[in-house]
Order: sequence, then structure tokens, then C-alpha cells
Amino acid sequence: MSQATVRGATNQTLTRHDFEELLYTEAALIDEWRLDEWLTLFTDDARYLVPSTDCTDDSTPADSLFYIADDRFRMGERVRRLKKKGAHAEWPHSKVRHMVHNVRIRSVEGDVYAVTCNFVVYRTKNDVTNTYVGHNEYKFVVGADGPKIREKRSVLDMDSIRSVGKISIIL
Amino acid sequence: MIEKQSSNSRSQYIIDDGNSGLFKVARKAFVEQDVWQQEQLRIFDRCWLYLGHESEVAGPNDFVTRAIAGRNLILNRDAAGQVNAFYNTCTHRGAFVCRETKGSSKLFQCFYHGWVFSSEGKLIDQPGKTAYCDNFNQDGSSDLARVERLESYRGLYFINYDRNAVSLDTYLGGVKEYIDLVMDQAETRMEVVGGTQAYAIDANWKLLCENSIDGYHAATTHATYLDYLSNTAGSLTNADLWGAARQLGGGHAAIEYSAPWGRPVARHVAAWGEQGKKDLDAIMARLTQKYGEERARRIGLLNRNILIFPNLVLNDIMAITLRTFYPLSPDRMHVNAWALGPQEETSAMRERRLFNFLEFLGPGGFATPDDVEALEMCQRGYKNLRAVAWNDISKGMTREEPGTSDELQMRAFWRQWNGLMTAQEAAE
Repeated sequence: MSQATVRGATNQTLTRHDFEELLYTEAALIDEWRLDEWLTLFTDDARYLVPSTDCTDDSTPADSLFYIADDRFRMGERVRRLKKKGAHAEWPHSKVRHMVHNVRIRSVEGDVYAVTCNFVVYRTKNDVTNTYVGHNEYKFVVGADGPKIREKRSVLDMDSIRSVGKISIIL
Repeated sequence: MIEKQSSNSRSQYIIDDGNSGLFKVARKAFVEQDVWQQEQLRIFDRCWLYLGHESEVAGPNDFVTRAIAGRNLILNRDAAGQVNAFYNTCTHRGAFVCRETKGSSKLFQCFYHGWVFSSEGKLIDQPGKTAYCDNFNQDGSSDLARVERLESYRGLYFINYDRNAVSLDTYLGGVKEYIDLVMDQAETRMEVVGGTQAYAIDANWKLLCENSIDGYHAATTHATYLDYLSNTAGSLTNADLWGAARQLGGGHAAIEYSAPWGRPVARHVAAWGEQGKKDLDAIMARLTQKYGEERARRIGLLNRNILIFPNLVLNDIMAITLRTFYPLSPDRMHVNAWALGPQEETSAMRERRLFNFLEFLGPGGFATPDDVEALEMCQRGYKNLRAVAWNDISKGMTREEPGTSDELQMRAFWRQWNGLMTAQEAAE
């Protein structure tokens, strides 16, 4: 992505519009399978979490079984894997489309912005379209090169993932 | 060479030819509606089925609700501390008396007309009670209905819909040795970690029975996972994937093997650091003192994929997963999976366990999604069954001691399945 689309040096207040731009860019990178570029949106200490659907808001991957709990290294490995033909569930690549809505800045503490949005993600493979519904809880940290994601927690607003089977794409 | 476990028999479903070393399974067993219906009667109505773990109903009045082979059940611990399995249906008109998946409650109240049941299942109140005859429910027939049988082994609660079934202890038989090797890892007791992986696969349930104990597919299906491990500094030891397969009787089977990944009980990898090593050394010292060196090493260092017939998988690998699944139709199943860990485990070790779990296991891991894809592609492939009618499961049949990448453990499953499906005393 182009950093030029994102304002934001440390001394500048970011607005909802800035985060909308960022989140739309993130969505496009995932949908277009530009996953190496997707990784550049994250800090080196970032985490990407998808709790199980019976987890609570305060569940952590240290005390509860999640679907996905990646540190930044494993996020990189996830991307590396997804780019291979041997990632059978995603080869040939499925068609992915993210809908991002209801973007809100929930709190600002120093350089850290808590941002939430709702999402609907469609994944189509083998003539079947799956729908993932939920909301994302982001922690953005604003550094010298603009805002980066320190944590992305994708909370599925579903009772289970039986209707979609698995989470082989990035939400 | 003759496979000594071979039944040397042939049915419409399997060819088990120990003399020539061939084992075939008819693909119609995965697709036909009639087979699926017979399975309900001959397998799911007769075998012991996993319902839940004692830690999920640890305190008085704790409950979980689950669908087990098409029936909706409540597992609870009543106020007096006894564990019960009830059918989740009001004895008045039938509605669920419990609509939550887990919780704690002294009472189950049907919201339709307001009948109230105690945690022991007794009908204790009905609105307009005076309008009923004096001896209403004196025979207990309006209490919550209990599942025909409920028994437990090492904290695992199983139900059986057949009142005349053999005891759970007898049923488990040879697989108890392997369950013990898992449960003995805990100094106190094992517990289910919070968080359920509830997913589904568009494939026949028996494909997952096979896949859960299949050591043959790792190198191809999971090449990207093995590649990830070798790319992860400090996550591997130099142990090779090596071990043996066993047929345990009653359709139960296991593979047991060494593997390069870390085990929170108790194979250290460098990534867990000095403190991790200390934690694991302490666990190994305790196990050695209690069980002797040989058994301690077996418990701590070896990996086990265990199939408890028909549909409970206990995989004791880089973490412990408890996985059960039910067919909704010949080509779709629901899967539930939980992580199991010792109650006394340190929070750091618990974190390592769960981190380990997710890199391989579960529908968001680096391996399970590809298993799901493989199973669904098999199911699609069976559309061609008129042209290609049989699967092959012969690998290792001519070996004295079949290994983990052979298919003895799958043949064990199929021999039991075939026996139940073709028995003369049909499930009338």
C-alpha cells in the first residue's frame, strides 16, 4: 500500500477517515492475495487473534483455545504457507471479499488508538460461498512511519464455524 | 506373510485378505443413505459415545448441553454432586428445558408452560398444580428422562443409548492403556481448557476416523506444516517421526511414535527457554518417581493418536486434543474439539501448550484446514464410485510390525465397523 494515503505522524490527531482508509486498504490487500504487503501493516510485536465462538471478551490465547492466535512470526509463516501450492485448502486460491463497516475510534491513549469495525467476509471455493460475520478490534500504534496494527482481534458473531467449516483465509 | 489380525473375510463393504495382503473398503460405505441409516441403529445406538469431561461440570449444578448422535442431551452435576445425563426435552410438551450451551443452574425450567425440574431431574413444580390428579408423577414418568447409560473412565463421561450394553470398562478394553498414558500426565487431574472448536466437514464421518490416526498422509498433505517447523528456530528436536501402530480390539486403535516437535509434557524445545526446561524437568522427575523411568519416558516423550471406536479421537501430540464428530448425513459431519491439559499446569506452560495446539490443530491451524480439504475432495471423488468402487487400505499388511505410516490402525476400525454392520442379529 502507499503510505501516502495515510496521514499520521506522531503529533497529528488521526480521524475516523484515516482509519477507514487503512482498513479498506487492508481489506483490499487480503482480497487481492497481496499478503506480503498485508504484513507490512503490522508492527513487529503484532498479534492476530480469532477467538473460539464460546470465548468471552476477556478470554486470552494463554487461557483459552482460540481458532487462531498468531504472533508476528507465525503471521509471517501463515502468509508464507498460504502462498504455496501445498496449502491445499487455499489452492487454487479462493475468491475473498471483505466488507468493512461501522468504523469507530473507541479510545486514544498516547500513540495507541483502539479502533473497531464490523465485517462480512465472503469466501468462494469449489462453487460454495461461505460467509463470515463479526467485528474486528484493532490496536493501532502511531510511529514515525504512520499508524501500524499492533493487534487485530477478529471476533466472529456466530455460534460456531459449522456454516463455514474452517478459517483458511485471513479475516 | 499373513496379517495376524486379519479377519480373512469378505462382505459387501470390505475385503480383508490377510493371506495376500490386501484390504479394500467399498466406497458406497461413504455415500449411501441406507448405510448411514444402518449406522445409526447398529453403531450410534449401541456403542459408547463421548458426552463430556468431568471438569466441564466441576461444581454442583454445572451443566453443558450437547447434541450426541442426533439427540439433544444435558450433562450436569446435581446439587448433591452426582453427574447425570438427561434428554433435553420437557416431559410435558417437548420443548428444550435448557437453551444454553453451558452454565450453572439449580433448576431447569421449560419456558413454554413453566414446568420446573431440579438438577436431579425431578419435576418439582407445575403452574396450576391443583388441576392435576393427586398421584400425578408418582411413578416419576414426568421427571426428566435419563439417558439409558452414563459411565465414566478417567474423567471422560460416555453415554450409551442401549440399556443392555456392556460396561464402559469392558467396552474400552485395550484402549484404556492409551487413555491412561494421557491422563497420567496430570499430577492432579486433566481439565478441558476454555474454548470449543465447533466446525463441520462436508465429508463422511469415517473419513475423519481414518484421518485422525493416519501417519501416512503427513509428508504430502502437511508438507507446508513440516516446512514451517523446520523454519521455526528452536521449535524442533532431532527426533524422527518413528513408531508403531496397534489394533487394540473393539475397533479401537492407536499409533505411538517419537516426533520432533515440543510437548508440554515433557519434550523440551529450545524456543521454550531455560524456564521451560526447568518446568519440564520437574514434570519428568515427578513422572519418573511415580511411574519409573521407562513408563515416564513413554508418557512424556512419545506421541499418541488414539481412536476410541466409533468417534472419539484423543490425540496426544504437540498438545492434547479431544475430538468427536457425528454424521448429519452421509456427506456431512459436525466436529467438536477441545484442548485438554493438567489442572496444575503453570500458566506459562499452559500458554505454550495452546500456542503449540494452534499451529497444527484446528480449523484455523496450519494443518487441519488441509485435512478438511482432503476429506471433502475424497467425498467428491466418490461420485465416481460406479467406475472406481473400492478404496485401498493395504499398506503395511505384509509387515511383521506395521509402523505409524502403515494402515493397520485404520483396518482395525473397519474390521469392527464391518462386524457391526453385517452382524446377523440386526438392530431390531
